[in-house]
Amino acid sequence: MPHGHLVLIRRNNMQKLIEVEQLTRYYGDHCAVNNVSFALEKGEILGFLGPNGAGKTSTMQMICGNLAPTSGQVLINGIDMLDQPKEAKRALGYLPEIPPVYRDLTVDEFLGYCARLHGIPMERRQKALDQARERTGLKDVADRLIGNLSKGYQQRVGIAQAIVHMPDVIILDEPTVGLDPIQIREIRELIRDLGQEHGVILSTHILSEVQESCTRVQIIHQGRLVFNDRIEGLEQQMRASSLLLATARTPDLEVMALMPPIQRIDDLGDHHYRIFHDKTEDPSESLAALVVNSGWGLRELMPERCSMEQIFIDITRTPISAEEQIP
Amino acid sequence: MMALVIAGREFRTLFLSPLAWTMLGIIQFILAFMFLAQLDYYLMIQPRIAGMEEAPGVTDSIIAPLFGNAGIILMLVTPLLTMRLISEERRNKTLTLLFTAPVSMTEIVLGKYLGVLGFLLLIVGMILLMPLSLLLGGALDMGKLAACVLGLSLLLAGFAAVGLYMSALTAQPTVAAVSTFGILLMLWILDWSSQSGSSGASVLQYLSLLRHYEGLLRGWVSTTDVLYFILFITTFLVLSVHRLDHDRLQK
Repeated sequence: MPHGHLVLIRRNNMQKLIEVEQLTRYYGDHCAVNNVSFALEKGEILGFLGPNGAGKTSTMQMICGNLAPTSGQVLINGIDMLDQPKEAKRALGYLPEIPPVYRDLTVDEFLGYCARLHGIPMERRQKALDQARERTGLKDVADRLIGNLSKGYQQRVGIAQAIVHMPDVIILDEPTVGLDPIQIREIRELIRDLGQEHGVILSTHILSEVQESCTRVQIIHQGRLVFNDRIEGLEQQMRASSLLLATARTPDLEVMALMPPIQRIDDLGDHHYRIFHDKTEDPSESLAALVVNSGWGLRELMPERCSMEQIFIDITRTPISAEEQIP
Repeated sequence: MMALVIAGREFRTLFLSPLAWTMLGIIQFILAFMFLAQLDYYLMIQPRIAGMEEAPGVTDSIIAPLFGNAGIILMLVTPLLTMRLISEERRNKTLTLLFTAPVSMTEIVLGKYLGVLGFLLLIVGMILLMPLSLLLGGALDMGKLAACVLGLSLLLAGFAAVGLYMSALTAQPTVAAVSTFGILLMLWILDWSSQSGSSGASVLQYLSLLRHYEGLLRGWVSTTDVLYFILFITTFLVLSVHRLDHDRLQK
């Protein structure tokens, strides 16, 4: 490719770190990834959700050049992964599901090797190593053999390996699997931290992880992208459409049901009620007034939030028809 | 450049396990034993052949057999060295590290190959010390010695190329070792059948590693033999690159 051409492409996609276009992958007859397109911009942390076997890992492997797509295109920083893999890979850091660490090396030896593989010049290598160790909390174990470290530390070495060369794009495949709660929190903080200067793709099936650390969510199901929105959009979907009410005395349900937004009232027993209402209107204020004015004794009134699990299950349970596709 | 980074790691990793040290020790011990036995034998017959015309010299009667034996012993040992090269990385899922780094498949294969080749050349160097020790007591035919060293180096480079390819085929180091050994042995004894004098015999004879190695041991550095080894090595390296690329294309 002529030099001028390359520069032009770079300029056009200055802010897009990753562009994935109509990515498709077949394993034999089985379609693992079907026509997936999306883009990632600087400063974004993209949560990649999906049930097991949905095509998350295949998609990530294709973005990282570990797997050749059947069709489609991957651009990293505007550079085509298939045409110029070496240039494209310079901007990539990838932590696969199983951290690719050599158990017979020490943490320092291993990270030094990774830095050399990514062509970091000698004078910057020590600094890069220090930085990666610092960020992943590996300072105390720098001289220990990776094989002797606990799973959590090995995972950190895997993350350190992905960030040692300061790539623009960091791709983490289930980075918190097998870690204890404290380590999980640390890793999540690290991910948020990394999201400030890099673009991060985070694959997981732990939903709270996405809620905590991501700015955007994608749900992949049966190889297709079925949901792609900012995290606020997802929270919108989670907005309550029911209230929980507890009273001291038996209220008159007939009277309550007359209020316009209320659609149905379930008696949960012991003066507890679940009130379903129109999503667009919140009846809690008028309901509270009604309960108090009628002297039923208001004890609790709480909006119920639809959990992320619920949304996830709703989206992924329905088999996808051919027309239904995120554009 | 990147190939050298990979080669460097590969070479150093060999010494992290006792395997490499054990091999260096045992090979040296066995060959030293053979060398001394050969030397004893030569000293015994020397007075008898002294008066003969065109009597075999020290180089012919001690060094050529030593290198011949070294070839056979290293045929047994090289598969153990090469078996882990790619198969172990594939099994431990660490190949991803190399696939994600800005390194081409050719560089990965060359790196792995050069790493193990460095170790094999170290063995050649250690073996070379034995004939050189004879310089203390007499003169050697340096040309013939050089041909022997070249021959053994090329032979080992060939072994390593086969081993690397076999390692690229599988995720089980032991399978790689056994199949490497099988192929090497087959290529070694291929010319046994040529005594029958059938039409295909000369082809088989040509393919045999032993044939080409023997020529070099006698001190005849012919382009045919050298070219045979170079083609042999290149073929298996190219096959390895293709095989590794296959991982990316289709899993």
